[in-house]
Amino acid sequence: MPEPGPYRLTFWRAFFFLTLAAGLPALVVRYTQGIGAVSNLSDEFPWGLWIGFDLLCGVGLAAGGFTVTAMVYLLNLKRFHAIVRPAVLTAFLGYALVIAALLVDLGRPWNIWHPIIMWNPRSVMFEVGWCVMLYTTVLFLELSGMLFERFGWTRAVKVQRVATLPLVILGVLLSTLHQSSLGALYLIAPHKLHPLWYSGALPWIFWTSAVAAGLAMTIVESNLSARAFKRQLELPILTDLSRILVVALGVFGVFRLTDLAYRQALGYLFEASYESAFFHLEFLAGVVLPFVLLASEKRRRNPRILYGAALLAVMGFVVNRLNVAVTGLETAAGQRYVPAFTELLISIFIVSIGFAAFGVAVKYFKVFPEEEHAAAPVPGLPPERLAPFARTT
Amino acid sequence: MIAIEPKALLIDITRCIGCGECVGACLEAHDLPGTADDVKGLSDKALTALAEKDDLYIRQLCRHCIDPACASVCPVEAFRKLPNGPVVYDADRCMGCRYCMQACPFNVPKYEWFSANPRVVKCDFCVHRQAEGKVTACTEACPAEATMFGTREEMLALAHQRLAEDPDAYYPEIYGEHEVGGTSVLFLSPVPFAELGFRTDLPTGALPHLTGKALAKVPGIVTIGGAFLFGLWWLTHRREEVALYEAGLAQEKHDA
Repeated sequence: MPEPGPYRLTFWRAFFFLTLAAGLPALVVRYTQGIGAVSNLSDEFPWGLWIGFDLLCGVGLAAGGFTVTAMVYLLNLKRFHAIVRPAVLTAFLGYALVIAALLVDLGRPWNIWHPIIMWNPRSVMFEVGWCVMLYTTVLFLELSGMLFERFGWTRAVKVQRVATLPLVILGVLLSTLHQSSLGALYLIAPHKLHPLWYSGALPWIFWTSAVAAGLAMTIVESNLSARAFKRQLELPILTDLSRILVVALGVFGVFRLTDLAYRQALGYLFEASYESAFFHLEFLAGVVLPFVLLASEKRRRNPRILYGAALLAVMGFVVNRLNVAVTGLETAAGQRYVPAFTELLISIFIVSIGFAAFGVAVKYFKVFPEEEHAAAPVPGLPPERLAPFARTT
Repeated sequence: MIAIEPKALLIDITRCIGCGECVGACLEAHDLPGTADDVKGLSDKALTALAEKDDLYIRQLCRHCIDPACASVCPVEAFRKLPNGPVVYDADRCMGCRYCMQACPFNVPKYEWFSANPRVVKCDFCVHRQAEGKVTACTEACPAEATMFGTREEMLALAHQRLAEDPDAYYPEIYGEHEVGGTSVLFLSPVPFAELGFRTDLPTGALPHLTGKALAKVPGIVTIGGAFLFGLWWLTHRREEVALYEAGLAQEKHDA
């Protein structure tokens, strides 16, 4: 493929190659000496950064894929059409990276396919495994139209369009199942997870927070790609999206507090403890603050506030998942867990590959519509509304 | 064929002299390196160990739960509860997700963190010795009869008998009779179990019910959810069709 202009070594490209150069040896050690040689995981802390961040956050932040497709295809909110492809691409890469992280975290990664033939329907992990497998396939099929267009396979493009509705419905169902099941993983350990996080409602807490995080991530991702690919920000669309984000954050916040009150765990909020500090970081900075920032239309139209608030919501989500996976389990484990440098390095390595893959996809495929967003929703009914799935973008 | 009766161990802490013979015998029976003196706690090289607390010795080992959390959470059924009691692990099925370690209420499974082909390691209730009709290695080695082997029914009866015959010597409970739905390793203690580091906050119900409740909702979500989402699509698009139709009528009127 031709390179547009001479190759420039930007800061981020240098960072990418540096991570690659440092991450590969760490991986070699991991696969020859064992997980213990590159991580601070232990018998007391069998799940750490790779599960807490790469898996739980990776899947949650990819939730934009199912929320945006549901809004556009099921709720018929066509004004969000322009962000479907970037959101689905982000989701697909997110899941691909989750699988990559699992290949590092699993002790016997060559057995990763075992759930296909070795069934244990009593296991939440079994269900998550199947959903992730199926949903990654669904995301790929949702994206396949983009590939077919690129190769000029018009028949395939048509077939793919017909398949869109069932794919979207399947995607929403699978996402609902495994987003909530990631929370259900922890239901088995009431004696280990701190009451600020353990709840019978964990599956629904995970689902609602993933909906909010997916929307927030879509806004953050739009902003990042606007900068990276020198495109105009789809501001009116993102402002609209942030209105939905405000509702999602509000619902999640109220749900979370109601759940704490119902379990009579509100008292823990006022303890001066390690856990309550992390809860406040997650809840005040990551839910309440972005909610307040995005509560006014005027602020939602300010791209800096919009982007900043969405970033806060994403970080609040990440802190929430790490609190469930790490903070909330530390007291029961009788020790603190801090990831080893190489553990962090491998995580950064995996995420870097994701960013690079997004860049490559944007370069070779039609991920973004051609500045179509300028044609904001107009009153009346434009002819394209006649055929909901007739548009190629 | 005779029905298989589930076996159990009864560990009487009042009788244990802390000699460590059980630890040594376990190492030998499982071809593990080192001696009993090297064992400081459960690890990937020790399936049982002794913890000391105020001159009392508490054996650490897998409790072989009646409805084990490790077996319920394992996505590939690498853990199985055998009808005669043991909870056994099959490394060939294992993917190494370590959910078993996260789920175990007694923190029993340990991992080979420094192996390129790691296994989960834990007490197997001497399943191979049991197959030969023998008692567990630890039971055989114990010079003080602090660890006894028999059917769970027998062991519970024995424990209750000791509690009744010598109430002053014992704290009046059998640890493992009801915890997490009951375990196949039962403990008697002279002092409250909490003082010896036992978890006394565990529910009496088996833990797998907690995740089972969530999984039971899956079929409903798929069927009702699928119908709901399709309905949603139909509704929003039907509305649009109607709006289009009406707009068309209005246009015709306007043109006329």
